[in-house]
Amino acid sequence: MPVHKSENTFDHKSPELEHFLVEGLHCPSCIREIEGALQKNPIIKNARLNLTTQRLAVEWSGDSPDAIANSNEVIGTLKDLGFKGYLFKDDPSAAEDDKEGRWLLICMGIAGFAMMNIMLLSVSDWAGTDMGDNTRSFFHWISALIALPASAIAGLPFYKSAWGALKARSLNMDVPISLAVILSLLMSIMQSLNHGADTYYDAAVMLLFFLLIGRFLDRKMRNHARATAHNLMSYRPSTATVVNQDGETESRTIELLNTDMVVRVAPGERIPVDGVIILGTSEVDSSLVTGETIPVKSTIEDKVFAGTMNVSGALDIKVTALSGKTLLDEIIGLMETAEQGRAKYVRLADKAAQIYAPAVHLLALITFLGWMIFSTVGWEQSLITAIAVLIITCPCALGLAVPVVQIVASSRLFKNGILVKAPDGLERLAEIDTIAFDKTGTLTLGQPEIANGDNIEPATLALAASLAKTSTHPLCRALIVACHERDIPTIATTSPLHEEPGMGLKATIDDKEVRLGNRDWCHVSMDIQKNTRYSELWLKVEGKEAVFLAFQDRMRKDAAQVVAWFQNKGFDILLLSGDRPDVVADVANKLGIADYLGAAKPQDKIDRLEELKAEGKKILMVGDGLNDAPALSASYVSISPSTAADVSQNAADFIFQSQDLESIVRAWQVSHISRKLVFTNFALAAIYNVIAVPFAAAGFLTPLIAAIAMSSSSILVTGNALRLNLVKLFSSQDEK
Amino acid sequence: MENLVFLIPLALFLGLLGLGAFLWSMKSGQYDDLEGASYRALFEEDEMDKKNNHDREEVSS
Repeated sequence: MPVHKSENTFDHKSPELEHFLVEGLHCPSCIREIEGALQKNPIIKNARLNLTTQRLAVEWSGDSPDAIANSNEVIGTLKDLGFKGYLFKDDPSAAEDDKEGRWLLICMGIAGFAMMNIMLLSVSDWAGTDMGDNTRSFFHWISALIALPASAIAGLPFYKSAWGALKARSLNMDVPISLAVILSLLMSIMQSLNHGADTYYDAAVMLLFFLLIGRFLDRKMRNHARATAHNLMSYRPSTATVVNQDGETESRTIELLNTDMVVRVAPGERIPVDGVIILGTSEVDSSLVTGETIPVKSTIEDKVFAGTMNVSGALDIKVTALSGKTLLDEIIGLMETAEQGRAKYVRLADKAAQIYAPAVHLLALITFLGWMIFSTVGWEQSLITAIAVLIITCPCALGLAVPVVQIVASSRLFKNGILVKAPDGLERLAEIDTIAFDKTGTLTLGQPEIANGDNIEPATLALAASLAKTSTHPLCRALIVACHERDIPTIATTSPLHEEPGMGLKATIDDKEVRLGNRDWCHVSMDIQKNTRYSELWLKVEGKEAVFLAFQDRMRKDAAQVVAWFQNKGFDILLLSGDRPDVVADVANKLGIADYLGAAKPQDKIDRLEELKAEGKKILMVGDGLNDAPALSASYVSISPSTAADVSQNAADFIFQSQDLESIVRAWQVSHISRKLVFTNFALAAIYNVIAVPFAAAGFLTPLIAAIAMSSSSILVTGNALRLNLVKLFSSQDEK
Repeated sequence: MENLVFLIPLALFLGLLGLGAFLWSMKSGQYDDLEGASYRALFEEDEMDKKNNHDREEVSS
């Protein structure tokens, strides 16, 4: 949301370190080339390229204090080498997350170290039957010396989260985990004091180690997905061409723009700000903002919005945004309202914990009371047995059950070009029963294609193409594509070509004037073939009737297949679009969607979703435009293509990068299987407990059994989660 | 049993050494770019030297 940041957020003084995003990195020699070239520049002290994140860190030498000039120099150098570079704006929450990830890694290192060393002592304890009591208790004290500080540090992530949950008067998985660790340590100390045989230092630290591995991988995977999503958004242009009072132009970052400045937008560029046109005429494609596919002719005094595409002529735009009344503000307002209406989702692991934790603690209490009442061992021994029950109920398998599946699922999706942004996204996606699609940019690619090409003579198409060849107008390009598809040669005309912005092209071929452009340009009377369904071009050869060339938005290749697949599975499908009703009806009919809504404003989309929600439906919203953003926040779960507007990508739970819609089916499949696997894992953990708990309650538990049980159940749960990689996913290629 | 007095501290010391090495390697950013590091090993040595010399010049100047 560049227009929102005030100019103060961008510091004129050069920070010591700046990050750039480099597009087009693919080979190892890129590293050497880029770093080598940059090191030679005296303004740069050090440059280091990170191939994993595709980011370049540049440390300034401080010789030249102008930040913008420095950045531009780096971007220039990258351009000379054939790479596209962008100044990377860091996401402060990501940096925070990074710190936490590091902290988890440190905890894992400590727990790992402690576990291995304690195991060394424990194994000799278990194996050394002829070990003297003094030696054993010496071993126990050394174990305590390692285990206590290690679990104090490495257990912090769990203690903190457990404490947070308890303060909020709820239970999460970390409560039983923390309790098990703390109680087993306390009991072991008691045993060591009494020169007892059974200590559980190893079990406590091992539990922490296993869980930390799961937690670390989970976070890493999610950060990776988030960083990639953030990278995608940074690829947007962040500079605008400003026209100064004296008529000179200069390039400025969007953050440095003020209201009443004048910005020049060349044809084919995205308009960077909200504003009013003060010079020039053009057509503006606002499909990303409104869902409307036909470019609208815009001229002086007309309003334009950030994110729309300037199609044909250069425009000078006076910036009006930043006032709090822009289109973006309106959309964000709607989004916030929609967010508030969304019920807070309780994650599966937490639901399990709410059943599991009380059950386990009750079992331990029963064990304690049972031993007190029915035996004569005394309260100490009864307490030890009760704690043994807590240890053996093994929060390990349960604590790993969900995260391990999540990790496997997210990485499988990541390989398929789908980024899981919301931590609970997969769980919510598995529960949906209704899918709402946006049209423009989602079911369609947002690129025009000729609709009546087969009714037009090839010679006419060739003539039109000869004019269109030089133009960058999307309809002209679609015309060229249409000719290629029909094997019609496209040769640019050699006669001089005149282009009138916002109108069309004309040339004189064989002594006749040929015009290609809109209705007015080709002098078509308004009553002929009025059409609201297609984008149109007309071809007028002097002395002949004008020829109508109709264009429509190109459908994604597998849109029909994907819709049919979901319908077969019994999902309700609906289509919500801001485009004209005829066009929406047309697309809905082609795809066999019965429930559709055209000319829908953002509020209308939300209203429709709310209606369905009230009927108890759980809706997946798939959309890309700015106008979809509120609906994305209002739905149960949401997916956006990576071509979507920034705001929509921020709102969406998933982002897919491919051109094909099959990603949506795959995301659903993976989430669906993940859910099954999570339940299998819960079941495995439950079966394990049913077997192990009676042993512990009967007082047969030894530290060796605890250690074996803990590791074997963790391996079992992990192995089960890995089965997700064996499942074959939907592919639109196979279905054909 | 007397050898335990040496062996256990020795084992702990080695373990701590490993932990220290791990923490150090993490702090110095060796896990930041696992993909790039595998390629950097393939660079010509003289080129890396040049770069290092260049760094040194920068620092000394």
